[in-house]
This record gives sequence, structure tokens and C-alpha cells, in this order.
Amino acid sequence: MTSRGYRAFQVFNALVLTGVVVVTLYPFATIVAQSFSSEHAITAGHVNVVPRGFNLTTYKKVMSDSAFWTNYRNTVVYTVVATAISMVLTTCYAYVLSKRQLKGRRFLIGIALFTMFFNGGLIPNYVLVTDLGLRNSIWAIVLPNAVSVFNLLVMKAFFESMPDELEEAAAVDGLNTYGILARIVLPLSKAVLATMVLFYAVSFWNSWFSAFLYMDRSNLFPVTVYLRNLIAGATGGADQGTASDTALQIGANIQAVTIVLTVVPILTVYPFIQRYFVSGVMLGAVKG
Amino acid sequence: MSITRTLDPPPAAEQSRSRPVKPRRLTWRRALRRDWQLYSLAVLPVAFFVLFRYLPMLGNVIAFRRYVPGGSLFGEKWVGLRYFRMFIQDPAFWHIFTNTLILGGVTLVFTFPLPIVLALLLNEVRAAKLKRFVQSVSYLPHFLSIVVVAGLITQLLSVNGAVNQGLRALGHAPIPFLQQPGWFRTIYVSSEAWQGVGWGTILYLAALTTIDHQLYEQARIDGAGRWRQTWHVTLPGIRPTMVTLLILNIGTFMAVGFEKILLIYNPLTYPTADVIPTYLYRVGVMSGSFSYGAAIGLFESVIGLILVVAANRISRRAVGTGLW
Repeated sequence: MTSRGYRAFQVFNALVLTGVVVVTLYPFATIVAQSFSSEHAITAGHVNVVPRGFNLTTYKKVMSDSAFWTNYRNTVVYTVVATAISMVLTTCYAYVLSKRQLKGRRFLIGIALFTMFFNGGLIPNYVLVTDLGLRNSIWAIVLPNAVSVFNLLVMKAFFESMPDELEEAAAVDGLNTYGILARIVLPLSKAVLATMVLFYAVSFWNSWFSAFLYMDRSNLFPVTVYLRNLIAGATGGADQGTASDTALQIGANIQAVTIVLTVVPILTVYPFIQRYFVSGVMLGAVKG
Repeated sequence: MSITRTLDPPPAAEQSRSRPVKPRRLTWRRALRRDWQLYSLAVLPVAFFVLFRYLPMLGNVIAFRRYVPGGSLFGEKWVGLRYFRMFIQDPAFWHIFTNTLILGGVTLVFTFPLPIVLALLLNEVRAAKLKRFVQSVSYLPHFLSIVVVAGLITQLLSVNGAVNQGLRALGHAPIPFLQQPGWFRTIYVSSEAWQGVGWGTILYLAALTTIDHQLYEQARIDGAGRWRQTWHVTLPGIRPTMVTLLILNIGTFMAVGFEKILLIYNPLTYPTADVIPTYLYRVGVMSGSFSYGAAIGLFESVIGLILVVAANRISRRAVGTGLW
């Protein structure tokens, strides 16, 4: 046993991992510090991880901005509606795909899998959404991203792992397919359903590009687009993403507060939901 | 209902009485009659895939046709390869093409091995609580919106930001990082690593737990130290995972982190930051040249597809496993 060398390695390892933790958390610490600091202290370059010129006025200022709350509410509405629709479609399809005896199953799986490796591209999607008249509506955000193939495969793998006997017994008792799905399968799938809801909800909460592409009116923006416009120093025009020092004119403290307020919901639930995400990824990896 | 359940034999009797069945040959008719409820559940999802995935694929014909805004989804008049020729002869072509390759390549070189290293290091941690803490913290950035990450980048790297404070403390003049093309790749790749390293370890850590402990015993008996055990047992044990993730990474190579670049680049950094998807966005969406944009997009996704297929074939030949 090279126990001496191994002990040295353990020390080295602890240092590296501590470094990883510090590097990961550092940007959060600075942004929180800035959000409580005065603009003057920030532009003077005095704020690092400790707030300088401590104040809550920036929070008050951002939170009294009605545009911010309108956009924040939009994010909540978009996330809830999109997640609900995604869940219905994904659950139904995953259940169908999990039935091994189904004729045409391979084809149905194939049309989903192929889209993982090839997609229509930005312009044809843009033209389609525009031609369908979905611009400036919630559907431009919800519909084009309704089914994630990864999530679909995770759920399919889960349904496949359920014992067939349960469903067969339910069928003998006279339940039809819908009844079996709703009364037998889904109640037994709460864990995977929760995981999928979280996957979808986080991705819709964080999304910005669809809204940026298809929303022209600022009262329809989600909060991510609000933040993007702050960072770009723009005032709502859908121009290119420019992150220059003109951004500083918006006030670093205001940006910091907006970032903090956007992230807080995710950070508060994160410790509780993290293990669901991990189990979801594992489940997907088994089959996907 | 209850009667048929108590009497088991009848179904069998029924079966024997019916015509000499061709067993297991399920025609579409019979499949539909038996499983129509299942098929009905697939209708909406299939409609989704057809409308929002396959229709846009067909919509790519506008890359070969002239598209008039407000006109047909599939364009008005055939123009052949005109838009592709236009792209290859575009003065910006070589510059954005090489930028894409370099940025994609550098990102792959850094973000592919880092999760493996971190997973191996985490695997050596004996204290379960510590391990779980480090994991939880390192997954966190994965859950942030790209916009938030872009916000963190701009704040950290601004002239008064944390990084420049450090430089000033060392007596160095502040650097306007986001305005200098020379810094763009470093910034982009570091932020990708920051956001993805921890999350990327999950699958490796899962694969590590599946390695048979007897293999380690045997290696120890054969006199292998920690390093040799890692090299000869651990790494081969996670090789299938590595191959799968490598192929998937190569598949997204050409798309690079389009959304992030769009948020953090600016005309000053175009020389290194402008890539095919961002150029496509400016040409197609902002200037409204849909046909030209579609041609650029098709060019990009075809190369992406070729890369995945090639990577898969190479890995099947070289290590015997692939994605399909």
C-alpha cells in the first residue's frame, strides 16, 4: 500500500474540491454583495463579496417597477401552462412507447429519436411559428418546445420497468387503457412525474430565446428577456445581443438585484429537488 | 364479468374453436382494433412532432427556393444551390466557419474531460457528507438561465468587477475583457466549464458505482497501486459512458452555445466570437433573408449530422460501442 502517497493525494484532492466549491459559489457571492451595495461603491470597484454602502433601496426600486412584475408574472404563467401541456403530451406518448407489443412502436420511437440528431433549424421554425400566427402569444413559447425527447425517454424507461401483471389485472377488472393509465399507472409513477415536472418547469423558467424571437411587446416578455435587455443596455428593442459597457449605464446594482430575484425561486427549491433531477438523469441514461 | 373471471377454461376453449389462426401475425387492422385506445393517446404527440419538428425540416426547401415574406411556407421559385453558393462565397464565410470549429473544438477539449476528472476525484472522497455537499454545489450552475449566466459574466468582468479588482490589486491596469476579441474564447469556455462540470459528473459517478469490486481486489493482488488501478480498472469501467457522451458532444459541436454567444458577444468581439449560428441569426432573423438563413442553417445541421454519424462509426470500430 502506498499509504503515504495516498494520504498526500487525499490532501490534494480536498484542496481541489474546495477550490471547485469556491469557484462555483464565488460569482453568486459577488452578485449578492452588489445587490446590497450602493451604485457608487460598485463603480468605484470596491465591492467584492462584502456589500459596501449597504442599502435596500435598489431592491425597493426594482420591486416597484411594474414592468418587472408584469414580466415576472408572465414567467410564472408561461412556466405553469407550458409544463402542464408538456406533461400531458410526454406522459401519453411515453406510455404508448412503453408497450412492447404495440404494432408500429419502433416507428413511433424512431420519429422522436431522429429529432435529437437533426432539426429543422432556426429559420424554418421561425417562418412556421410566424405563419401559424403564434407571434406575441404564449403558444409561441409553449408549443414548439412541448416535448423533450430526453424526458420522453426517461418516462418510457420508467413505464417499461413497471410490472405488466398490475395492468393485466386491471384490464381483467374491466378498466380500459385510459382507466389503467389514469388509475393504476400514474399513481404508481409519482416520483418520475415529479422529476419530469421539475425538468420541464426549470427549462421553461429559464428559457428566453423563444420569447426574445417571437414577442414584440414588452408586456409579454418573461423576466429572462427583461433581464437580457438590462444586460444589453437596451430598452426593449429586439436588437442583437450586445454586452458592452453601455450595460453599466443601467446600473450594476439594478442588474444584480434583477439577477438575484430571478434566481431566488430556483435557489430556494434547489436543495429539495436536486435529488429528483439526479435520479431522472440516471433513469434516462439506463435506456437513452 | 365476474363469471368469466371465475371460469378460467372458456377463453382457451374459445381459442381452440376459432379458425386455424395464423399465430402472432398481427395485421394493422387487428392491431388497430385491439390497441386503438393506445394509438389515440399517441395522436397529439405525433401531431406535435409532425408540425413542429418534421414540417420545419421540410421547410428547409426554402434554402433552394426564393422565399417571399407572407408568401408560401415553402417559398415561391426554385433557385437551386444559389444560396449555398452565396454562403460559401460570402466574405464572412471562412472567418465564421473557422471560428465555429475553433470554439467548438476548444470547448470540447476542455468540457469533455473535466467532468471525468472531477468524477474520479469525487469518487476518492471517503466522507459521504462532504462528497454530497461538493456534488450539490457543483450541480447548481446547471440550473441557471443562460441569461443569468451572461449577467454574472458581464458583472464579474466589467471594468469595476471582481476580476479587474484583482488585477488592480496586482498593480495591473483594468482590462475590458468583453470588448477584446482575444479574451472571448477564454471567457466562453470557462463559463461553459463553470456551468457544466458538476452536472457532467452525474453519469460518470453512476457508472463508477457499477464497477465490480472484485476487479479492484484482483488488481491489488497483482500488485497494482492506486494509479494503476485507476488506469486499468476505473477508466475502462466508465469507457462506454465516455464514448456515449463524446458522440453526443460531437453532435452539438457545430451548434456551439449559440444562445450564450448571442448574449455576450458584440461587434468588437466578432473577429473571434461570430460563429455560424450567430451569423445565421443576424442574416436570417434580423435582416429577414429567410432563404439565405435557411441555407446556412441546413449547411450547419447537415455537417452536425455527418459528424455524429462519423463519430458513431469510428467509435463502433475502435471501441466496439456506439450510440446505435
